[in-house]
Amino acid sequence: MRPGHGEVLIAEGDIEDAEQERTLIAAFRAQLDLGMWAAVPLREPGGRRAAELVKSFDEVPRDADRVIFFPRAAGG
Amino acid sequence: MGVLAAPEAYDAAREARAEERARELLRSCVNAEEWATYEAHGLIRVYRQANRSPTGPASGSTTTYAYLIYPHKPIVAYVVESARLLGEYCVAFGSPRLPPSDDVLAKWLALTGDERGLLASASVHPVGRQIDPERVRRDLARLALWQEKSGR
Repeated sequence: MRPGHGEVLIAEGDIEDAEQERTLIAAFRAQLDLGMWAAVPLREPGGRRAAELVKSFDEVPRDADRVIFFPRAAGG
Repeated sequence: MGVLAAPEAYDAAREARAEERARELLRSCVNAEEWATYEAHGLIRVYRQANRSPTGPASGSTTTYAYLIYPHKPIVAYVVESARLLGEYCVAFGSPRLPPSDDVLAKWLALTGDERGLLASASVHPVGRQIDPERVRRDLARLALWQEKSGR
């Protein structure tokens, strides 16, 4: 998420491909270095939806189809 | 000489496109009921069930409470059974502001992903500092009526 832009695609790739996985890891770290939070949207039983906040690429579920980066929260 | 960059001028068309993308992203993340609520009322409600309210100590019984997520307004917590308003949680996600629907999604992601972490980073106030409690009560009444009519 970016002000004035909405959703912006940062990187995409197949984690089963080592080269693409390295690219995804680098993009992930770059976003966290910028101070962003990372969330993986989840579908839960019963139609419920939720998110999982992740702090490292290792925490991203292997079957996740996307990670959303957004600015970290601060008291308003 | 270095490059001097002026802040980007406000561009209504660009902001509208950003909001359109933000709405699609939000829609892809929340469930059908939450999306329908957002479309009809401009807010999302997230239910929680715990033996403590967000503002109170742990107790022996389970309470269902909920959060109302408004774009660019504090998150409001209330007890579902009594509609008692618990407080408003002021959080901001970056500057300049995100599109309204991205702001809602950021709150939803943080709330459903790490409720306690989000609340810990928020400024907490009684309802009324930034959101009129009467407006919240009207919203709750509208939601109840809407749910009843739509059979949700």
